Amino acid sequence: MKLQAEDKTLKEKARQIRIDIIESLHRAGSGHPGGSLSAAEILSVLYFYEMNLNPENPQWEERDRFVLSKGHGAPVYYGALAERGYFPREELNTLRQLKSRLQGHPDRNKLPGVDMSTGSLGQGISAAVGMACYAKKRGKAFRVYCVVGDGEMQEGQLWEAMMAAAHYRLDNLTVLLDNNNLQIDGPVDQVMSVYPVAPKAEAFGWQVLEADGHDTQEICQALEEARREGKRPTFIICRTIKGKGVSYMENQAAWHGAAISDQQYEQAMAELRGQGGR
Amino acid sequence: MLSTREAYGMALAELGETHDFYVLDADLSKATQTVQFAKKYPERFFDMGIAEANMMGVAAGISTCGVPVVASTFAAFAAGRAYDQIRNGIAYPNCNVKIGATHGGVLIGADGGSHQCIEDLALMRAIPRMVVLCPCDEAETKACVKAALEYQGPVYMRFGRSATPEVFEEYGEFIIGRGRLVRDGEDLTIVAVGDMVSRSLEAAKLLETSGIQAAVIDMASVKPLDEELLVTYARKTGCVVTAEDHNVMGGLGSAVSEVLSRRCPTPMAMVGIQDQFGQSGSPEDLANYYGLTAENIYKTALTCGKGCE
Repeated sequence: MKLQAEDKTLKEKARQIRIDIIESLHRAGSGHPGGSLSAAEILSVLYFYEMNLNPENPQWEERDRFVLSKGHGAPVYYGALAERGYFPREELNTLRQLKSRLQGHPDRNKLPGVDMSTGSLGQGISAAVGMACYAKKRGKAFRVYCVVGDGEMQEGQLWEAMMAAAHYRLDNLTVLLDNNNLQIDGPVDQVMSVYPVAPKAEAFGWQVLEADGHDTQEICQALEEARREGKRPTFIICRTIKGKGVSYMENQAAWHGAAISDQQYEQAMAELRGQGGR
Repeated sequence: MLSTREAYGMALAELGETHDFYVLDADLSKATQTVQFAKKYPERFFDMGIAEANMMGVAAGISTCGVPVVASTFAAFAAGRAYDQIRNGIAYPNCNVKIGATHGGVLIGADGGSHQCIEDLALMRAIPRMVVLCPCDEAETKACVKAALEYQGPVYMRFGRSATPEVFEEYGEFIIGRGRLVRDGEDLTIVAVGDMVSRSLEAAKLLETSGIQAAVIDMASVKPLDEELLVTYARKTGCVVTAEDHNVMGGLGSAVSEVLSRRCPTPMAMVGIQDQFGQSGSPEDLANYYGLTAENIYKTALTCGKGCE
């Protein structure tokens, strides 16, 4: 079922997902906070507003599909899945540990609710294209959602997938770009510019929309527009801030992948808890 | 006499009637012979263009919806170019994708070293979960494709380009993990795959004229390997020669030696590509140049084990 939660719920879920991210990564002692925090609203909207899901039957055939092509964002994915009831929240504490279902990058064989294992960048979007192809061929109503990173757009395979999605007129496919402008080695436009993104995606045959990736209303509206498109796949450029919600992580490339100390944890949690009062 | 790729194309077209699956190709459907399926079942065929990496991912994505997918291109562009997509996009997620890789080995001929994939068995064998199959003739290929489709999980199938003699008049059921004894013998065992099986049978005839009775095993299931059959014949004959159109590093020879060194240390010799790239030439000129002939298997067999004394 689709929850279509109210906007204040979507904002609250995003805040809760951020708390999940910080708690699980602090406990794990390694992982990727920056690009997880930047996608909290995107995942909140997908899981609590947009997608037609059944957490009690994760393999339900008619469910909407989700692929986190930027697989290193696993903590935000796990946060959303836990909040949506796919597994107990306490299990977030096992992130990155031996025998955990919460692998460093998502593993569909281990964790219910994960539709595709990802981690090698540029590959998840191809799997999403495959799922959308299947739905088209079989006349299935389910939709496919995929979150990609901006650094990930440097992978050639992503463009192969973009080409194929337009060629096969996959209007049931929506890709959301977590456009936080930073990758491990620094700003995307300094490491290897992918800009301008919109004309490239348009030239590849996609409907291109833009949204403030931290404004749940704007994301919802873009997704609704994507559903109205009758021919082309939709690419939503979500403008985001890497490390969003934790002041010292915001816009810092170093927080792409770094351990969170006890002191940093306390500060991050204080900030995130404080945001609930607004 | 057909090539195994032609038999593969026929098998897909035949199985399309009884089995629900999709076929993907990367602009090589005429060469890989998936065109036979594409013509018959256009609604279940996707041409993904010259984009093998994406093709593997799309195959994986379709398969997660509950139907097997066959993804086809040349071995060089499957195991080679799309290695990471096969590893991380198909095998690691345990997707029900069958990779139909044609044009394996140097015996494809004139296209040259860029297209002659001599490392695919090694690459695919090293991936956990991956089943690796390399049938030797028309009948075995058809049975092999059916078995792969009915198996749940990732499978790599290797086919050749050139016509290859019939080894089996009738085949029956292909069982993953089983080899087949195609000739019995007491003195020596030749273990072969693909085009080298018929050449090994010829070599066995040559050996017979020298008074040596050679057994020949068709080890189409390269992984999982038929350890029992192999160990039984290694014990019985005391000497094993492997024959493959593949680098001797990492392929069938390596797979056989891994088993024998652990379970039944046996003098061995390996016929195959001696760690070098191929080149243009007719298949038979290449076979002679690289020693992929009955004569070379025969000569190698005569010296097998001599260095161990």
